[in-house]
Amino acid sequence: MTAGTVAVIDYGMGNLHSVASALKHVGAERVLVSHDPAQIGEADRVIFPGVGAIRDCMAEIRRLECDKLLLDVLESRHIPVLGICVGMQSLLTHSEENGGVDCLDLVQGEVRYFGDDHRDADGARLKVPHMGWNQVQQTLDHPLWQGIENGSRFYFVHSYYADCADRALVAGRGDYGVGFDAAIARDNLFAVQFHPEKSSDAGLALLHNFLHWNGQA
Amino acid sequence: MALAKRIIPCLDVDNGRVVKGVNFVDIRDAGDPVEISRRYNEQGADEITFLDITATHEGRDTTVHTVEAIAAEVFIPLTVGGGIRKVEDIREMLNAGADKVSINSAAIREPEFVKRAAERFGSQCIVVAIDAKRVEGDEPRWEIFTHGGRKPTGIDAVEWAVRMADYGAGEILLTSMDRDGTRDGFDLAVTRVITDAVSIPVIASGGVGNLEHLAEGVLEGGADAVLAASIFHFGEYTVQQAKEHMASRGIEMRL
Repeated sequence: MTAGTVAVIDYGMGNLHSVASALKHVGAERVLVSHDPAQIGEADRVIFPGVGAIRDCMAEIRRLECDKLLLDVLESRHIPVLGICVGMQSLLTHSEENGGVDCLDLVQGEVRYFGDDHRDADGARLKVPHMGWNQVQQTLDHPLWQGIENGSRFYFVHSYYADCADRALVAGRGDYGVGFDAAIARDNLFAVQFHPEKSSDAGLALLHNFLHWNGQA
Repeated sequence: MALAKRIIPCLDVDNGRVVKGVNFVDIRDAGDPVEISRRYNEQGADEITFLDITATHEGRDTTVHTVEAIAAEVFIPLTVGGGIRKVEDIREMLNAGADKVSINSAAIREPEFVKRAAERFGSQCIVVAIDAKRVEGDEPRWEIFTHGGRKPTGIDAVEWAVRMADYGAGEILLTSMDRDGTRDGFDLAVTRVITDAVSIPVIASGGVGNLEHLAEGVLEGGADAVLAASIFHFGEYTVQQAKEHMASRGIEMRL
């Protein structure tokens, strides 16, 4: 399967330049950054990114009908989809951020806050956001992990984390005072809390794997 | 398994050229910020900070092109500082491929700018740079200085850091103006007091002369990341050597 055209769904939250240039760097033939259903309809695979506050993200996702777009590519067209950061969080049922926000509920689970006085097991204070390079333990064999050493470090920046209800969907785990779901996988969907486009070789390897993934676990 | 401390090489760029000299053994063009960024990335830099010291308005276009060129081939976080005065400047740099911008004097002129910037673009991309200098007195106290450390503002550095964090800064870049350029090591006291005062990450900067200074910034200063320019530019140490040294001191690093 060739990389073909990749659509990065743009609902106006954050800078998608890095994702697009990283995809080109690992061999994407064509990268579209759009929320236009006609354009997304041409894509062979889709990236669902996101940064910023969840309430604003969800409002824009719904206003621009990106929720329908996502359902279409996931469940009608069955093409590979990669969620990144808030894009991953928005797939879950509900987030604690902004006083509580209902999300897309495509994957059952809660998005939780690390906390204002977050500490590790030894009582040392941990800064929030969780910003920087942390290890991901791969908990599933998956084509997107191919060639990436288990425990590799990826670049994270987030204050909230995913906690999936169905543990069988968890593909990677991170630890920052509390264990959290760093990657989830279900059928043609893969989603990560970290930023592969900012994670140097490990991140580029994951994006490369995504371009060659047929959407089956 | 834990979050790694970060090493951030810093490039001072004037009109699209790295200044303050860079001296790698096998580099073709010691002034090309793209080539130097690529080199640091290969050495394992965790992020890159690009400080634009271009004075002219026309030079800003060059800066944008340089940021675009770096972002097109270096896939680690990139922070751009210098001359960020309005929301439009931030948008321009983020669109060019920067992941974060660093705001310094504009925050002092108008603190609410930081609040607006964080609301508009998210805290994750707003770094507030603080240039602190020790002032005489019975108790240790640091004040914010502008104009390269020449002009006092009367603002207490610790109170300022707390206020900037409250306003939505995602990170503090703390430079000791007493130590900057001395190679005597970070001002560990101000690093520690600011790290303890805020819940957001703090990057220590100013004064690094050897690898142990980097380790001290984390172990004694409590910094989440350390920034240095000259020890890497002059090829004295690679980023990789710096990381290995820090790891040997028991610091969690991405090796």
